[in-house]
Amino acid sequence: MEAILVPFLQATIRTATPLAFAALGEQVAERAGVIFLGLEGAIIAGCLGALVASGLAGPVAGFAGGIGAGMLLTAVFAFFVVRLRTDQIIAGTAVTMLGLGLTGALYRGLFGTGGAALGTPTVAPIALPGLSQIPVIGPTLFHQPLPTYGLYLLVPALAWWIRRTHAGLALRATGEHAEAAAAAGIAPARVRLAALAFTGAMGGLCGATLVLAQVGTFSEGMSAGRGFIAIAIVVLGRWSVWGTAGASLLFGGAFALQYLFQAAGLALPYQLFTAFPYVLTLLLLALQRGRTAAPAELGRS
Amino acid sequence: MTDALLALLDGAFGSSYAILSATLVRATPLLLLGLAVTLAFRAGVLNIGAEGQLIVGAIAASAVALGLDALPRPVLVAAMAVAGAAAGASWAGIAAVLRRRFGVLEVISTIMLNFIALALVGWMVRGPLQEPTHVYPQSPTFASQAHWPFLIPGQRLHLGFALGIVLAIGAWAWLAFSASGLRVRLVGAGARAAASAGGIDVARTTFGMFLLSGALAGLAGASEVGGVTFALYEGLSPGYGYTAIAVALLARLDPRWVIASAILFGALEAGAAAMQRDAGVPSVVVQVFVALTVLVVLAATQLGAESRARAAIARAEEA
Repeated sequence: MEAILVPFLQATIRTATPLAFAALGEQVAERAGVIFLGLEGAIIAGCLGALVASGLAGPVAGFAGGIGAGMLLTAVFAFFVVRLRTDQIIAGTAVTMLGLGLTGALYRGLFGTGGAALGTPTVAPIALPGLSQIPVIGPTLFHQPLPTYGLYLLVPALAWWIRRTHAGLALRATGEHAEAAAAAGIAPARVRLAALAFTGAMGGLCGATLVLAQVGTFSEGMSAGRGFIAIAIVVLGRWSVWGTAGASLLFGGAFALQYLFQAAGLALPYQLFTAFPYVLTLLLLALQRGRTAAPAELGRS
Repeated sequence: MTDALLALLDGAFGSSYAILSATLVRATPLLLLGLAVTLAFRAGVLNIGAEGQLIVGAIAASAVALGLDALPRPVLVAAMAVAGAAAGASWAGIAAVLRRRFGVLEVISTIMLNFIALALVGWMVRGPLQEPTHVYPQSPTFASQAHWPFLIPGQRLHLGFALGIVLAIGAWAWLAFSASGLRVRLVGAGARAAASAGGIDVARTTFGMFLLSGALAGLAGASEVGGVTFALYEGLSPGYGYTAIAVALLARLDPRWVIASAILFGALEAGAAAMQRDAGVPSVVVQVFVALTVLVVLAATQLGAESRARAAIARAEEA
């Protein structure tokens, strides 16, 4: 049993890590009243940025490059939504298209079409001494690449920051009632810009994690809808940090399920597994009926 | 740069073949999908799922083409169109039900349905609809009865384009002159006001427009397999469903202008293919251009609205 369970759980955490980064980023934007449908674009930008930067200067630069690229693309969205006050949904869709197109064009321009895919060394999983010896939990939680450990720190820190700090309160106030926040001396535009800077960084980090900790290469469209799933995760997590982390795990599990079924030797068409996380998203969103906790200003430009 | 641009122009407009067999052929799905997005947006339905609705439309039309190829050609072609539209409407219907019964935002649900449709076509071309040798991930080529008629001898422009033009003009006239079209415009302009002052059943109107939008997108799928590929493939659409959002926005959600807008983007797609072939410029550049077009139109519309609002305030202050 353990021979099947441990790889499944490990894959769950591994798959959940980039999703959680993206979803936590999206959550912060939505807490400020902005729905960022361009997240998918920020993720794919992060993928390419990470590949290029790590090829030039190693994995640390790779993560920085991914984060920078995610922020750069998000800045386009921020300019349109915060400065020009355009429709968030359409601007977000356009930014996703821009990200997918730009990365595809740049990748082909930089590395040419066809031929062997360009690889980059991935960062190895680190086994935490002692903790990784615990049966089942040890290899699952404490034998993971560095970004996952970063996530373990980020979740409680972000939860505390949003609930307990002045800046966190300003963020929530902007998302719930921008006018009241403005009356209290908070500049909603500035809060939204700062929130989106974080969101872009997290989207980029999601892409960097995919490339540098998992796949080791770039392919066009490799973000594969993670940005949109991350948005659904925020809804399922009911705009709470811990809820978002939990929902990310659930989706990590949904993606990892195919390993479990492969190990069990079931002869099902693999497209069933490809479709499963998206079907699950729809089902879970439907089950949430009437239990919204969305920030009141969400989507208003 | 100049070479690339010349190759693009030549590939889009350089000859009658480029216009009739490249540009307008690529404009056809964009016309139908652009209408789908336009009608949805006009009713306040943010259907981002035209891509998935196109795919299921293509699957259904292919199943009809392969299964009913004993039918006479006009009947079979009509059956393919109806099957495609019905499949697209059902696929959009899932999102419509999710919104109406469960309050799920269609922006998220339609995107999820796009990914599910991609998995579905992947399975179809490796399973139930795969060609008999089971080597290639595609369906067998359709019998000639299932090929949609070409409009001009020697050119690849097909029935789908004519259908798109008729539907665009029909959609415009319906929105402009009919009572139900007026209801849709009122709902799109302000759902709450339409419900309270106009006594309109908003939920029913948006539900209906969701289905209509899906039907048009599904029809685009049928027209692609029937008029262009004559078989079902996975990579049937290079993201036409997303480009359609740009088509609709550039047309300012006016069905008449969707025709011009679809031809423009069709020319870009056709030109991009030529550009890649002749000048080695990756065709994904077009996607960048489409995205930039959406952003520019968005900014222009916004700035226009703001300056009109400022002018109105100035007039009010003078009075």
